[in-house]
Amino acid sequence: MSGSMLEVSGVWKSFEGHPVLRGLDLSIGHHQAVVLIGASGSGKSTLLRCINGLVMVDAGRIVLDGELDITSFDTDMDAARRRIGIVFQSYNLFPHMSVLDNVALAPRKVLGRSKAECIDTARALLARFGLESKAGEYPDRLSGGQAQRVAIVRALAMEPELMLFDEITSALDPLLVGEVLEAVRELKESGLTLLMATHEMGFAREVADKVCFLKDGIVLEQGTPEVIFSAPEREETREFLARVLG
Amino acid sequence: MNAPSPGTEVAYVDPQRRALVRQRARRNAFVGMASLIGFVIVVSVIVSRTPGWPVVQETFFNGEEFVKTFPGLLSAFMLNVRIFVIAEPLILILGLLVALARTLKSPIFLPVRVIATLYVDIFRGIPTILVIFLLGFGIPALRLAGFPNGAIFWGTAALVLSYGAYVAEVFRSGIDSVHPSQRMASRSLGLSSWQTNRYVVLPQAIRNVIPPLLNDFISLQKDTALVAVLGPIEVLRQAQIDTSSSFNYTPYVGAALIFIALTIPMTRFADWVQERSRRRRRAGGGA
Repeated sequence: MSGSMLEVSGVWKSFEGHPVLRGLDLSIGHHQAVVLIGASGSGKSTLLRCINGLVMVDAGRIVLDGELDITSFDTDMDAARRRIGIVFQSYNLFPHMSVLDNVALAPRKVLGRSKAECIDTARALLARFGLESKAGEYPDRLSGGQAQRVAIVRALAMEPELMLFDEITSALDPLLVGEVLEAVRELKESGLTLLMATHEMGFAREVADKVCFLKDGIVLEQGTPEVIFSAPEREETREFLARVLG
Repeated sequence: MNAPSPGTEVAYVDPQRRALVRQRARRNAFVGMASLIGFVIVVSVIVSRTPGWPVVQETFFNGEEFVKTFPGLLSAFMLNVRIFVIAEPLILILGLLVALARTLKSPIFLPVRVIATLYVDIFRGIPTILVIFLLGFGIPALRLAGFPNGAIFWGTAALVLSYGAYVAEVFRSGIDSVHPSQRMASRSLGLSSWQTNRYVVLPQAIRNVIPPLLNDFISLQKDTALVAVLGPIEVLRQAQIDTSSSFNYTPYVGAALIFIALTIPMTRFADWVQERSRRRRRAGGGA
């Protein structure tokens, strides 16, 4: 396989005249894990939502696997979203469905698979993340860590080529962060392409193939975790890291 | 009795405190009851000593008249029940369809959206009794082929149209009450806009509006009496006929009792449902 899994070029996005993304470029290779770091408001979440087509860009292009232009008006966005999973900070599980139904709903209705097949797959995926005993529970009975792992499994059930994580541990009790990061680690090992916005610098350092520092709506500096965390070139990167690492 | 040792996995309550709590609850129940009985006695004494009381009692609470007219009222009330039972499901279907029509975004559905909006604006703005007059007297005058001309048919249709507009707004507020992040999560999984409505938004929306819908049902039960203006002999019309032949108003009180017998249990049920969903939402929290 050649080329990149995702190519973001010159993406602009503003909300009510307030610019959030200002001509951002980003490239993600197949099977890479790319981590976005940066202060709140630097555009991490907005970028992820643009990639998933939940937010329309004002300018620029986002191309998936060298062939699908997500920013084109002619693209069937429902079809594009099937190939890109996203997990949100606030889980957003469907509260009126059991864990199993949360996971099985999209494969069944979107991919048109049989109910039995979807349920088998959902059970297997839940088991892989240590959640088999929660299959029949409703989301309000889960801890934050369990809920977030279910959200990961729900996105994974669509067999996406690219997974986006939008600060998935920020709403969690510190004691529960570990189990969610463990799930991400396992996805990384399975070879899935990941793009992750996070404040967990230790985890970013461990799991990332590439770290991108976002500031004022552009990637100000990028490189391997060793370079970014140990010897960043930019003064702004150093200041940011000094602040978050204390 | 001694307390279990700290850390034991039991729910321990000091028996002395428990006894005191129970004693206080008993005392509160007794004081409440005594106060209520005292109040009823005082009000009865005052009312029965007013100079007009004997006349009021004779014309509104006449036992003999009550016994004579009540069975007739009850059988006339069956018509109200019939109107209600037919109108209610139609109202729910109409209300839901109109609410959904108003959420359609695609430009090709603009006419549907305009019609739905106009319908709600018009029928919510006209008093129900006026809708009944207009439909009940107006449409039969058109002599449309294929439509029944009965007063009951058009009276029921008027109730459906009038209440449908209200219920559409209730459904719409239910749809709005589902957090946008639910829609976003659903769309991110590749579900279409329609699938998102069908599987994610509507089930939650409907659950949220059950209490207000029950309130509208109660209101509809009472408003079936408005169909009387078109002439069918339902309970209010029957009471009118009875009173005009005997010049005694007891049948009105009888009709009121019949309505109350139906609406009070329904009201209590609505309260219970509301309380339950409030508690569940509080327990549910985040997810």
